[in-house]
Amino acid sequence: MPVEIALTVNGVPVRAVVEPRQSLADFLREDLALTGTHLGCEHGACGACTVLVDGAAVRSCLVFAVQADGGEVVTVEGLAQGGALSPLQRAFRAHHALQCGFCTPGFLVAATALLAENPDPTADEVRAALSGQIFRCTGYVGIVEAVLAAAKAERA
Amino acid sequence: MREGIGARVLRTEDRRFLTGRGEFVADLALPGALHCAIVRSPHAHARIRALDARAAVEAPGVAAVLTGADMAADGVGPMRTLWPIRSHDGTPMAEPPRWALARDTVRHVGEPVAVVLADGRAAALDAAERVEVDYEPLPALASAADAAADGAPHLHAAAPGNVCFRWQRGDAAAVERAFATAAHVVELHLRNPRIAGCALEPRAVAALPGADDASLTLYATTQVPHHLRRLVAEELGWPEVALRVIAPDVGGGFGYKGKHYPEETIVAWAARRLRRPVRWVATRTESFVSDLQARDHDTRCALALDRDGRFLGLRVDTRANLGAYVSTVGAAIPSAIYSALLAGVYATPAIHVEVTGLFTNTVPTDAYRGAGRPEACFVLERLADEAARALGLDRAEIRRRNLVPVSAMPYRTPIGPTYDCGDFPRVFARALALGDYAGFDARRAASATRGRARGIGIACFVESSGVAPSKLAGALGARAGFFESAEVCVDATGAVRAALGTHSHGQGHATTFAQILASRLGVPLARIRIVEGDTAAVPYGTGTFGSRSLAVGGSALHAATAKVIDKGRRIAAHRLEAAEADVAFADGRYAVAGTDRAITFGEVARAAHTAHDLPSGVEPGLQESAFYDPSNFAFSNGVHLCEVEVDPETGVVQLAGYAAVDDIGTVINPMIVEGQLHGGVAQGAGQALAEACVYDAGGQLLSASFQDYALPRADELPDLVSENDESQPCTHNPLGAKGCGEAGTIAAPAAIVNAILDALAPLGVDAIEMPATPQRVWQAIARARREQAAAG
Repeated sequence: MPVEIALTVNGVPVRAVVEPRQSLADFLREDLALTGTHLGCEHGACGACTVLVDGAAVRSCLVFAVQADGGEVVTVEGLAQGGALSPLQRAFRAHHALQCGFCTPGFLVAATALLAENPDPTADEVRAALSGQIFRCTGYVGIVEAVLAAAKAERA
Repeated sequence: MREGIGARVLRTEDRRFLTGRGEFVADLALPGALHCAIVRSPHAHARIRALDARAAVEAPGVAAVLTGADMAADGVGPMRTLWPIRSHDGTPMAEPPRWALARDTVRHVGEPVAVVLADGRAAALDAAERVEVDYEPLPALASAADAAADGAPHLHAAAPGNVCFRWQRGDAAAVERAFATAAHVVELHLRNPRIAGCALEPRAVAALPGADDASLTLYATTQVPHHLRRLVAEELGWPEVALRVIAPDVGGGFGYKGKHYPEETIVAWAARRLRRPVRWVATRTESFVSDLQARDHDTRCALALDRDGRFLGLRVDTRANLGAYVSTVGAAIPSAIYSALLAGVYATPAIHVEVTGLFTNTVPTDAYRGAGRPEACFVLERLADEAARALGLDRAEIRRRNLVPVSAMPYRTPIGPTYDCGDFPRVFARALALGDYAGFDARRAASATRGRARGIGIACFVESSGVAPSKLAGALGARAGFFESAEVCVDATGAVRAALGTHSHGQGHATTFAQILASRLGVPLARIRIVEGDTAAVPYGTGTFGSRSLAVGGSALHAATAKVIDKGRRIAAHRLEAAEADVAFADGRYAVAGTDRAITFGEVARAAHTAHDLPSGVEPGLQESAFYDPSNFAFSNGVHLCEVEVDPETGVVQLAGYAAVDDIGTVINPMIVEGQLHGGVAQGAGQALAEACVYDAGGQLLSASFQDYALPRADELPDLVSENDESQPCTHNPLGAKGCGEAGTIAAPAAIVNAILDALAPLGVDAIEMPATPQRVWQAIARARREQAAAG
C-alpha cells in the first residue's frame, strides 16, 4: 500500500506518496529528479549514494523513503550556497579530488558531515571518516587534501 | 602560456560533477522508457532444455519478454571479436559464436538468457523471477588448468581441448642457446589472478527509437562510441548511419567499458522491435557476473644469466584464461599485446614466449587498466628479484646492469617492438633517489624496533601506449583500425569547438585538449569547447583505451589545428597584402615578418565567416578535420619503488611509501597527470593486496559484491610521491606525448609484491600469491616458521 510522506529536501518541503519498498535513493532520483545521488552498489558498501538525513550521513540505498518521513534530507544538489560552490566543493576542484565524478556526490556529503562534527580533523581522521566511501579513479590523496583545506578555510 | 601546454589548470568539467549535475546514462530522463531486467544463467555450464515466459508476460506492467529464439528469428548476428589472432602454426584461432542472448547453451554464470521489459524497474525485476528456465547442468571448468587437463569437457565444438589459440613470439632457438651457456638460471611459477574493473558507475544502456522507425539513438556507458556503433549495427544488420551512439558522462571505464557487451545489442534490438525507449542499468552483482574480467594468467618463466648477472635469455610460457567466449579484444591482449612487452627496460638478447588461450566457464576476460602490460611487468620484475637473490646481487644493481642504454635508442627488441626513445638509466636513478633507496636500511631497522618487517620493492616497466598503428594491428589480425579523429570548428568570433573520437570518463579531456588548443591558437580556455562521445557530433574515430587519447587523439587535434592555422594564414596574407610565406602565426596573431602589420585570429575568423573578401580559391568558414594514425606505439616507461611494513603477527601489509618516476613524454597538465598516476597505483595496489574474482570449482563466482570483492579504501593507501621525466618526448607524434593512464597499474603489483617478499625474506618466505591478503601473508609466515622448526 502506498504511503504518504512529508519531508524537506534541500530546504524545500516535499509531500509525496511512495511505495513502502522504494528506497530513499530511488525516491530522490526518480520521483524528485535529483539524480546527483548516485547508486554504485545498492548494498551499502560504496557510499556513492550518501545523503544527509537530519544532519547524519546515511546511505540512501539502505534507507526506505518512508523512513525519511518528517526528516530533513540534504543531497549533493543542496550543498552549493546560492549558486556558489561551498568551500568543500571548491577545495575538491582545487585539489583534483575528482575524476569521473560518479562517487563525488557521496564523498562531498560524507565530508560535509565529517566537518560538521569535527571542524579540525587530522589527515588520519579524514581517511578513517571517509573509509566507508569507495573512490576507484584515484588514490584518495586529493580528497584528503581537499577536506583538510576546506576545514582550514571554514575555520578562517 | 598560463593556460596552455604544461600549465596546472583546474578542470573545466568539474562544476557539474560537484553540484550533482553530471549526466550519466542512468540519469537521463527518458519518458515512457521500459526498464529491462535480464534473466541470467545461474549455472556455469548448462543446456537450456526449455524456457517458459508465460507467467512473466502476464505479470503487471510487462510489455514483453524476449529470448535468444526471438533474436534468432530476427536474424541478429553473433558478437564477433574485433581482434582475432592466429596460432603459431598459422591456423586462425577458434572463435565460437557468442550470442547476446543465449540460444541453446549457457557457459558462464551471468550469461544473458532472456530480457523482461516492463514499466519500471520493480515490475521488471518482479516479472523476471517468473521466467522459468529448465536447465540441464553440464560439467564446468573454472580455471585454465582445469580446461587444459586431460579428459576435460569441451565448451565449444569449434575449440578442441578448449584451446582458442596457441601463440608464439620470439626466437626459441636463440633462447635455447642462451640457456645452454648460462652461468645461472632462475625459474618462477607465477599467477596473475583474475580481477574486475569495478568502476563505481554500473554499466547502463538506453535506446531511443527514431520517429522515422528507421533510426535509433543508443546511450551507453562506453569508452568507444564508434566501435560500439559498428559492432551493434553489424549484428543487427543496420547501416551504421542508422545508429547514433552517445556516451554521456561515464563513471569510470578502466578498459572494460571499452568493449562490446550483450546488453548493448539487447537494448538496441528490443527498443527497435517494441518501438519504445528502453533502459537497462546493471546492479552491482550483475556487474560482477557480466562485466568483462581481466588478467588470469598462469605463467612459468625462466631467466638465463651470465656470471655477472647480465640477462642472456628469457623463456615464458603462459596459460591465459579467456573465459567462456572471445571478447572484443580478449584474444589479442594475452597474446600480441602482453608478449610484445617482455623485453621491458632490459637488453635481454633472446626472448621466446608461448601463450595458450583457453576457454573456461567464467566471465570472458578482456582489457582492464594495463591490459597485458601489468602481466608482462610482473614476470620481468619478479624474475629480476629472483635473479638478484640467486646471484647475491643488490636488486637495484642487477637491474642497472641490464637496462637498455640511451645510446641504443631507437632500440629494436628481440620480441618485436622498436622503442623510439627513452632514457631508462636516468629514470631509474631518479626513482631510486626519490624513494631514498640508499637510506632504506635505517627505515628497516626503525620498523624492526616496532616489531614490523619492512621491505622495499622496485618495478621497472615499458608500456606500449598510444594504441595503435593500424597497419601493424591489421597485420596481427585486427578487424578495426586504431587511428583517431578530430575536428576543429572556429566560429565567427574566434571561439573554438573541437570534436574528437576519444572519450573522457574521468581523464579530464575537456581541459587537456583545450590547453593544447589554447597553446596553438592563443584562444583562452573560456572560449574553447571540447565535444566527445557522440557519433553524430564527432568524426569517425576510435575511442579511449590503451593510454591513447593524448598521443593519438591529441595528435589528430594538433593536425586539424595546423590546417586551421594554415587556412587562416592564407586569409591573413590576403588581408595584410603580404606573401603567405612571410606571415607567421604566434600568440593568436598573424604578423608579417619584420613589420608591425598584424591581424588577430579573431579577425581572421570573422573574415572567414563573412566571406566578403577572401582570397581566390579559399572556401568560406574556418573548420578543419584530421585523422591521425600513429606510426609506432608511444613507449611510456617508469620506475616505481614501494615500501611495505608487515605485521608478522597478523599478516597485515601496510603500504609505507610509494615513489614513482615516469617518462610519459610531454606533460600537458601536471595535475591531471598526477591524478592518473595515483589512480593507476591505487588500482595496482588493489590487485596486489586485496582484489580477486574467486570462482569455486563449479564455476560459481563467490566474490560478486563489494562485501566480497575488496577495493582499496582511504585508510589503506599511502601518500604517493610521483615525478615526471620529460627529457625524452615521443619522437613520432607532434606533441611528444606518451600515455600515462596505465603506468601505475602496470608497475604497482610487481613493486608491492617484491617489497612484501623483501620484508618476509628474513622470515624464510620466498613466495606469495596476489592478492597478498593478511590471511595469505600470515599463512606464508606460519608455514615458513614450521619448515624452519622442522629443519632445525
